[in-house]
Amino acid sequence: MTASRRAPLLEVSDLQVEFPTEDGVVHAVRGVSYSLEAGEVLGIVGESGSGKSVSSLALMGLLPRGARISGSAKYRGDELLGLEARDLNVIRGKKVAMIFQDPMTSLNPVHRVGAQIGEAIWAAGVLSKGDANKRAVELLDLVGIPQAGSRARSYPHEFSGGMRQRAMIAMAMANDPDVLIADEPTTALDVTVQAQILETLRKVQGETGAAMILITHDLGVVANMSDRVMVMYAGRPVEYGTVDDLYERPRMPYTVGLLGSLPRLDAEGERLTPITGSPPSLLNLPAGCPFAPRCPMVRDRCLSEEPPLYLTDEVEHVAACHFWMELGGEVIATEVFEVTTVDDAEPLS
Amino acid sequence: MADLETPAPVADEVVVPGGPVAGGGRGEFGVEARSQWRMVTRRFLRHRLAMASLVVLVLVILLSLVGGRVWKYDYTQITPEFSTGPSWGHPMGTDGPGHDTFAQVLRGAQKSVQIMLLVALFSTGIGVLIGAVAGYYRGKVDAVLMRAIDLLLTIPTLAILAVLSNKVRQSGSWFGIALIIAALVWTTIARIVRAEVLSVREKEFVEAARAAGANDWRIITRHLLPNVVGSIIVAATLTMAAAILIETTLSYLGLGIRVPDTSLGLLVSDGQSSAQTRPWLFYFPGLFIIIIVLCVNFIGDGLRDAFDPKQTRVRA
Amino acid sequence: MLPFIVRRLLVSIPLLAVSSFLVFVLVANSGDPLQDLRVNPRIAPATIKAKERELHLDQPVITRYGIWVKDVVRGDFGTDNHGSSVRPQLWRALQVTLRLVVVALMVAVVVAVLVGVVSAIRQYSLFDYSSTFAAFLFFSLPVFWLAALLKEFAAIRVNNLFGRQLVFTIGQQSPDFHGGFFARLGDMAGHTVLPALTLILISFAQYSRYTRSSMLDVMSSDYVRTARAKGITSRRVIFNHALRNAMIPLATIVALDFGAVIGGAVVTEKVFGWHGMGTMLITGVTQFDVNLVQAWLMVTAVVVVLFNLLADIAYAYLDPRIRLG
Repeated sequence: MTASRRAPLLEVSDLQVEFPTEDGVVHAVRGVSYSLEAGEVLGIVGESGSGKSVSSLALMGLLPRGARISGSAKYRGDELLGLEARDLNVIRGKKVAMIFQDPMTSLNPVHRVGAQIGEAIWAAGVLSKGDANKRAVELLDLVGIPQAGSRARSYPHEFSGGMRQRAMIAMAMANDPDVLIADEPTTALDVTVQAQILETLRKVQGETGAAMILITHDLGVVANMSDRVMVMYAGRPVEYGTVDDLYERPRMPYTVGLLGSLPRLDAEGERLTPITGSPPSLLNLPAGCPFAPRCPMVRDRCLSEEPPLYLTDEVEHVAACHFWMELGGEVIATEVFEVTTVDDAEPLS
Repeated sequence: MADLETPAPVADEVVVPGGPVAGGGRGEFGVEARSQWRMVTRRFLRHRLAMASLVVLVLVILLSLVGGRVWKYDYTQITPEFSTGPSWGHPMGTDGPGHDTFAQVLRGAQKSVQIMLLVALFSTGIGVLIGAVAGYYRGKVDAVLMRAIDLLLTIPTLAILAVLSNKVRQSGSWFGIALIIAALVWTTIARIVRAEVLSVREKEFVEAARAAGANDWRIITRHLLPNVVGSIIVAATLTMAAAILIETTLSYLGLGIRVPDTSLGLLVSDGQSSAQTRPWLFYFPGLFIIIIVLCVNFIGDGLRDAFDPKQTRVRA
Repeated sequence: MLPFIVRRLLVSIPLLAVSSFLVFVLVANSGDPLQDLRVNPRIAPATIKAKERELHLDQPVITRYGIWVKDVVRGDFGTDNHGSSVRPQLWRALQVTLRLVVVALMVAVVVAVLVGVVSAIRQYSLFDYSSTFAAFLFFSLPVFWLAALLKEFAAIRVNNLFGRQLVFTIGQQSPDFHGGFFARLGDMAGHTVLPALTLILISFAQYSRYTRSSMLDVMSSDYVRTARAKGITSRRVIFNHALRNAMIPLATIVALDFGAVIGGAVVTEKVFGWHGMGTMLITGVTQFDVNLVQAWLMVTAVVVVLFNLLADIAYAYLDPRIRLG
């Protein structure tokens, strides 16, 4: 994370999000910082509840009203946080667009698909309603929907899940945005459809040159699509680096564990190494490293002091572990984590 | 009949109980069930308006059930002061012949509250039974019961009430009027319970219980009803509001409680004729009805919030 | 669509038949319509016998029901206990009730939707709290008390304020009123204000709560989030995306209510002395007048069936996911 000379495309620094609930304050995001350059793809990886979606919704101004947001998120130097809807709409949907996790519920059931895409174009104020609707058909064609002209007049319920997600992509690309945020775009889809959607994403990203933030819990997806990766745990980034670097030389035990949980065809004979236990509650985080209770390398220091992001031996590679040095060189998960059979593993609740 | 029927006031959303709880507080799932109840209780206690309403309602019910015996005047007693406004001696004034209005309101409230409580009890009993049976057995049983309810709803409430209360009136008992009202309002609860049972019976733990050889009665009472208990409690509460409004309306129309006994509706009807000269005769009994119904509605609202799991949901 | 409508209408016929039979038996057995004549010593038994024959009271209930059915299919609703034809009474009552409830429901719906929408988008604001409290209060008011309050107290204040009688408290219009069209319209409006206000306040409470909770549901939906992410104006998000969906259940409820209120606002009509459907029902029931009650039942039941159908059609029209069939 180097400071750049001119304002980066998107720069997030020390983003924090809290939700007051009946049981206390939930610290959903505890200090997220990154910057995104034009055309770059950043993957954000983490388990559910790690704050990866919340941090992106925060900069789009899409969190529920009760959320308390602090820190900064700048698009080309302009602050996004705290803007009124009217001012945010200059950027939202036009410069920064978003694709959501569940295509089944993300489209309005009572409006035609084409009209919903056309609305996004028309709202930008450049094209007339008629031209916007024509453009919507072109976009549907671009994302690979057959007979786009007639399908534009269909309602969302007449589309399959994959087609709906394509329509969502078309809607996000409607105004040729600079940044595309894809929040778990394939999680709710069939495996066969997932690959198609990723291919479509890659295609439109390539054609438009937009930068992309790809949020997922699937390390495989990130490996194929991203330039850099941020791993999140318990509301904050715990490791950040280029894809190759992070996959070959992880410097944080959690990342090692994630990689070890990933079945690989090219590593025949190797055992999977699941991470035992479950992520901590964000309601009352104990002192120390939030991963400590599940960490095979845990020491006394880990229980009292939460590690900052240390610069590691690699360039632009940071990791939140006091003992990252012990993970020098190429790391193989089975050497760090005990190989467990399913019977031994604590059940995930 | 638009302004006569008061189907479960504030029924502005579908009531969802606090998630599946198997075992109803006993046996293998006991811990979970107890903690859910604790959560519901805690949420309700935190609902200040509902708590205040509960206190007020309990006081009003106590006052109406025992107040008549303690108060210095009897509701039939004619005092020497007639047509006087509220004073220390007569906090709600007196009527034309000299009856103490407070004594009359206490008597009227007693009848209205008795009917309210009895209706809640009976209609919940019938409603839960019919609703659970229809929802659990589905198919023909369900179809027959639901068509019967449809039929009951097409018949004008007022016709049934008027006809039956003509018969009941000879005995002149509040008990009979309560039975009639209960016979009409149970359908709301039956429909709610049926809809919930229909959805809960598909859950895995019901399948598991069936696989373990539990019989229908056991499945219904141990597994299904504990899961819809939240909706039942909320619906039963709101039924009380409907019951007291129907009762007072009937009495106001001259089809419910009759002279020589009295009820809040009857008192309003009497007071209305002299509203210009003795407004207290009109205001006080009406105020009593409003306080009771308002409290019941607030309590129902608090209960619904307490049982609603959406309360703690946070988007992540 | 047409087969659906036809099937629905056919299905409702047996329900109507059973219901009319039950009500007939119920009312016929509830009391003796000639009670007053019998206790009057000056009326000869022969007269009573003749009257009994005229009203078919000497025959078993089943036979009487048969006679009633035969007349009704020819469009004849028979006569009431006093011998005057039921049909003109029925139309008059229906007109009176329609005037009251249509005005009241339309105003209530418009106001309630506005208040409900503002409450939902300004959740937990002062406006939300006050409208919620108002809704609870109106919910909890006994209709007869509210109506009487308006009649006995509000009416006088309003009329004193303007120095002339603007609002009326008895009847649906002045009896023998002379004047032009507009004067007549004004007179009707003056009579309609208070009873309509009674109904408006009560139904407003229900509809505004309904709109609010429906809007709150929709506002937290994924597709409203998508709409906001698109960068369209907040107004467009609220009206074109949120309200458009929130209206679906509301439209159904209102259509069903329209069907139900045709039966008359019994209490309001009684307090304000309107001779509408509600009053007709009360008269029929208290005087054991079978033909009056049956005529009332037929009209309201048919209207309920039609509006239930309309509610389904409205639902299918508003929600493209619903297919009638």
